Amino acid sequence: MPGFDIDRVAHLARLDLTEEERTTFGSQLETIVAYVDRIAGLDVADEKATLHGHQVNNIFRADTPVEGLETEAALANAPARIEDEIRMPRIVE
Amino acid sequence: MELHKLTIAEALKGLREGTFTSVDLTQALINVMEASQADIHAYVTIDAEGALAQAAECDRRRAAGEDLPMLGVPIAIKDNMNVIGQPCTASSRILEGYVAPYDATVIAKLRAAGAVFLGRTNMDEFALGSTTQTSGFGPTENPVARGCIPGGSSGGSAAAVGGDLAICALGSDTGGSIRQPASHCGIVGVKPTYGRVSRYGIVACASSLDQVGPMTKTVEDAAILMNVISGRDPMDATSLDEPVPDYTTAWQGCDPDQPLKGMTFGIPEEYYGDGLDDEVRAFAEAMKARVVALGGTLKPVSLPHSQYGIPTYYICMTAEISANLARFDGVRYGQRVPCDDVIEQYKRTRAEGFGAEVKRRVLLGTFVLSSGYYDAYYNRAQKVRTLIRRDFNQAFAECDALLTPVTPEPAWPLGVYQDDPIRNYLSDVLTVGVNLAGCCAIAIPAGTTQAGKPVGIQLIAPNFGEMTLFKAAKALELPRA
Repeated sequence: MPGFDIDRVAHLARLDLTEEERTTFGSQLETIVAYVDRIAGLDVADEKATLHGHQVNNIFRADTPVEGLETEAALANAPARIEDEIRMPRIVE
Repeated sequence: MELHKLTIAEALKGLREGTFTSVDLTQALINVMEASQADIHAYVTIDAEGALAQAAECDRRRAAGEDLPMLGVPIAIKDNMNVIGQPCTASSRILEGYVAPYDATVIAKLRAAGAVFLGRTNMDEFALGSTTQTSGFGPTENPVARGCIPGGSSGGSAAAVGGDLAICALGSDTGGSIRQPASHCGIVGVKPTYGRVSRYGIVACASSLDQVGPMTKTVEDAAILMNVISGRDPMDATSLDEPVPDYTTAWQGCDPDQPLKGMTFGIPEEYYGDGLDDEVRAFAEAMKARVVALGGTLKPVSLPHSQYGIPTYYICMTAEISANLARFDGVRYGQRVPCDDVIEQYKRTRAEGFGAEVKRRVLLGTFVLSSGYYDAYYNRAQKVRTLIRRDFNQAFAECDALLTPVTPEPAWPLGVYQDDPIRNYLSDVLTVGVNLAGCCAIAIPAGTTQAGKPVGIQLIAPNFGEMTLFKAAKALELPRA
């Protein structure tokens, strides 16, 4: 399958791959892509896309406050925090 | 009386008549659950203390004169549904240590109906698999066909119910993940119509395909559970505001000798192709004969785009997975591999937390959505999905329901095909079409092979045709061994 660049895809997917994974996934994914490519021969130019199990239009509700998760409950699963905030590496130079 | 072997209906009868208490029932189950963990491994978490406390509360309420549709009946929950205060990992190492801060809507409904939450069943990691072998916490073994896979991804739920390690369970079905393990473990499994059951609080696999459904020992039990979990939920915009009938009335008023009189069952030739195992085919043929004997009519129909089901499914599903699983980045919950650089932190956290099948599907999904390939794969697959859906609608113009096998072959031995992703993907060939079309289906036991492996049969009905499914399934259901 031309164009399958495992390093580009892994970067987009935010996945570090080991050298062994690069080789294994690279070849497996080429096979899988070649397999799913069998839809290429179908004429679907005039078809509309189906995005869901049924047609969903915008669903609105009144803009009224409702109870949500308490801060402590929402932060209880955070891997690292400083008081009421989640701790992350610096992202601004 | 062996309490752990009861159905929901039998358990409710005993509880209502005071033959036993919910604590008796729950303790009996915990005993067999704990004893079976070393070999079957149906559960990733058993909440013995919590379940017994809930059961005692149910007994107090019943003693005070209360009754509810599930009061005191224990249920097993697939590990991708949030139950407040319990771990919820979707069988992934990346969510190890996560404790659910709220109830999924289906859990809140079950809780309101009086159900007791026994524990969390094993599954393929993030529901990505058909064998329960991709679980980050080790595989589950089929309790009936020993040494074999239980199917997947709801393999823990199927093994729990099939092995009498639960009265009933919830599973989720994205491409067959309720019906296929139900078939392999000899139980009943329902994939409801898309939008019938809320997805709020479920760890999303592929959002346009996922539905939660019952996994039970009988058709009646599945109807009881569907009554509880169905309905519109303001927290899930894709759940639909369709009335919820009493599913346990679906078979009322049928002629006892000819319960399928007036019903036409479509036989899609594409689902009976060359790849079908001989015994699976024989059970399907026997079920066709049973339809006729019970007054139903058979009619050949066609689903001409069936051959495109697997490619279309694996494009749409992996695309949605790659987007849904982007949230597992070690920021707000789950495991984190700390780094100085944020992108590096995402990459290493995900590299360490995800198993091989998850990585493979995230990579494929990222590829089909990536610039330069989006139109050729994702966009095109969505249009093919339209063709597949149209096939089903046209077939339903000629019949009430479709009758097909669930899987091309019975459960295979643990460890086989693990290095061959496409081989695994092809095992979903008879189930993915239903999810792509959005309609509903039920798997019921059809028999057991000479090697002792259960084989199921699938009934498929149009959107919100669950009453049709239950009526037909109840008639076709074989006596339990």
